Amino acid sequence: MTRLQRFLALMASLLAAIALALPVGTVGGVDASLRDVPVLILFAVFALVSLLRFCRSVDPWGDGLVMVIGAVGLLSALRTLEMAGAGYWCFVASDWLFAWLFVERLSALRPLHPAVRNAQSLIVPLIFGVWILILWELVTRGSNVPTVLLPPPSMIGERFMASLPILWVDFQQTFLKAVLIGYALGSGSALVVAIAIDRSPFLQRGLLPVGNLVSALPMIGVAPIMVMWFGFDWPSKAAVVVIMTFFPMLVNAIAGLGQSSVMERDLMRTYAAGYWQTLWKLRLPAAAPFIFNALKINSTLALIGAIVAEFFGTPIVGMGFRISTEVGRMNVDMVWAEIAVAALAGSAFFGIVALIERAVTFWHPSVRQ
Amino acid sequence: MERARHNLFPILVVVAVIVAIWYAAVVYLNAPWQLDIYQRANNTDWTVRQLVVDTMAQDRPVLPAPHQVAVEIWQTTVEKNVTSKRSLVYHTWVTLSATLLGFAIGTVLGVVLAVSIVHSRAMDKSVMPWVIASQTIPILAIAPMIIVVLNAAGLSGLLPKALISTYLSFFPVVVGMVKGLRSSERIQLDLMRTYSASTAQVFWKLRWPSAVPYLFASMKIAVAISLVGAIVGELPTGAVAGLGARLLAGSYYGQTIQIWSALFAAALLAACLVSVVGLANRLVLKRMGTRP
Repeated sequence: MTRLQRFLALMASLLAAIALALPVGTVGGVDASLRDVPVLILFAVFALVSLLRFCRSVDPWGDGLVMVIGAVGLLSALRTLEMAGAGYWCFVASDWLFAWLFVERLSALRPLHPAVRNAQSLIVPLIFGVWILILWELVTRGSNVPTVLLPPPSMIGERFMASLPILWVDFQQTFLKAVLIGYALGSGSALVVAIAIDRSPFLQRGLLPVGNLVSALPMIGVAPIMVMWFGFDWPSKAAVVVIMTFFPMLVNAIAGLGQSSVMERDLMRTYAAGYWQTLWKLRLPAAAPFIFNALKINSTLALIGAIVAEFFGTPIVGMGFRISTEVGRMNVDMVWAEIAVAALAGSAFFGIVALIERAVTFWHPSVRQ
Repeated sequence: MERARHNLFPILVVVAVIVAIWYAAVVYLNAPWQLDIYQRANNTDWTVRQLVVDTMAQDRPVLPAPHQVAVEIWQTTVEKNVTSKRSLVYHTWVTLSATLLGFAIGTVLGVVLAVSIVHSRAMDKSVMPWVIASQTIPILAIAPMIIVVLNAAGLSGLLPKALISTYLSFFPVVVGMVKGLRSSERIQLDLMRTYSASTAQVFWKLRWPSAVPYLFASMKIAVAISLVGAIVGELPTGAVAGLGARLLAGSYYGQTIQIWSALFAAALLAACLVSVVGLANRLVLKRMGTRP
């Protein structure tokens, strides 16, 4: 055990012991006894037993088990407790330390088998993410944070499941129409323009600095103008997306097309390859890492562009529209459900592009194993 | 310097072409409305020359001409008192202050995260994937909600906007700094070991200096993106102040010239901020004795 791990283990068990002595919370206006929260007692017992690690070695998964018992106990205690007390927060801190210790010990393992290593690099961030959600739930419900400020995840989840039809319609309007069409048009046209001006060094020298400047500009500002020009429906949002995605792709594609070395191009010449053959077989594949970099940047930009453009005027459907109206009506749980959709869609979009990238640029050092 | 002059002529040509296309588009887009005016005034003997001139002098054109935007910018910056609510300088300052605060917090947060990620395997394994995932969430899209909620919680003014900027700008700094702090070579790290240098010494004498170029490269991206965050953060505040508020007010009242002038002010601000960071980069690297 490292010094940090010893310290974490000691603190975690100590906090669980202290928590037993402090008031855990109130039920019906009076202090609750520990008998109301049986799973937490179990957690405390396990936490104290885990001190045995100082005489004999304990498996990392033992800490994981203690952590899970603690999380279950904390969540179930919220059902009975009306207001959480100092003891409860000590339990929270203790369980959090167990989680930290578990993650620390898990990531210190260096498994040899690739499958185990993959599982490790999946589980560790997953524990972190789930813990963020658990802490969010515990803090918002334990200290009765007004739901207008920050609703607990469980409430958001309920609202999400209850309003699937509305969310689906919004998703169709914003993502399937504005985002995907704008993304394809913007990235596609930029790629074509990049290939076209690639033949002229003069245009390259002129356009590249301008493109670099423009891609640093707050292009989102054109949203009101596009709404004025193309009306309230999805074409105006697609236009914003086109403008936002154009320049990152242009700059990256031009840089990528210059990637193939003179030697490789000479080789193509000795094969008597024409311009298009060289482009298709050598230069576009060589540019693929850059093109995919732009595609990944654009996948987030496109979603942002479409949603923000909806703040400037929409028909009565769309993710941006729903967010801005539900904020006005203080239905914050619905807003968070919409945010969850946006986050899921954004991550999935990014993930799909990244997967395609791995398949296409399998030869690149960053993909090769 | 030589390269800049080499590129100057092509850049000027490209810019000139863009301006020419813009003027052509002004005539094309504004002509229908102008013809409508002629028809209503029973003015049938208009000439093409007059039409072209009139399309560039409308009050609320579909697309304002570049010189109209330039005149508007001149009027709202030089000819207005700086403290006036109609002064573009005032609105730019409001946006700039939120941008800089958010950028500063974001950079510090990013560096701290990067340092702990580089030094702790657990942080690297657990936090790093979420740092990347955090950017697939379209934060700009939910910025208005965050502003409204923070306002309800009693936080108003500069900080909510700055927090949006922070969220956007910490990401490039984390990614760049993690790369930078790990960029020192094996052989150099081994040398530090033979000197029996402590972790802190390795950090201050080797890792940090070799990460500085990466820091500036990511700060350039971060400052541009935190300006975007500040502008979007101003949209829902009821169009009170700032460049974002000017955009929103302009779109409510159909003041296209105002929208375009705010847009150009934002563009100018972005260019200035990026070049200031670039300048700082060059000065610091020179002080550190790095060869250009």
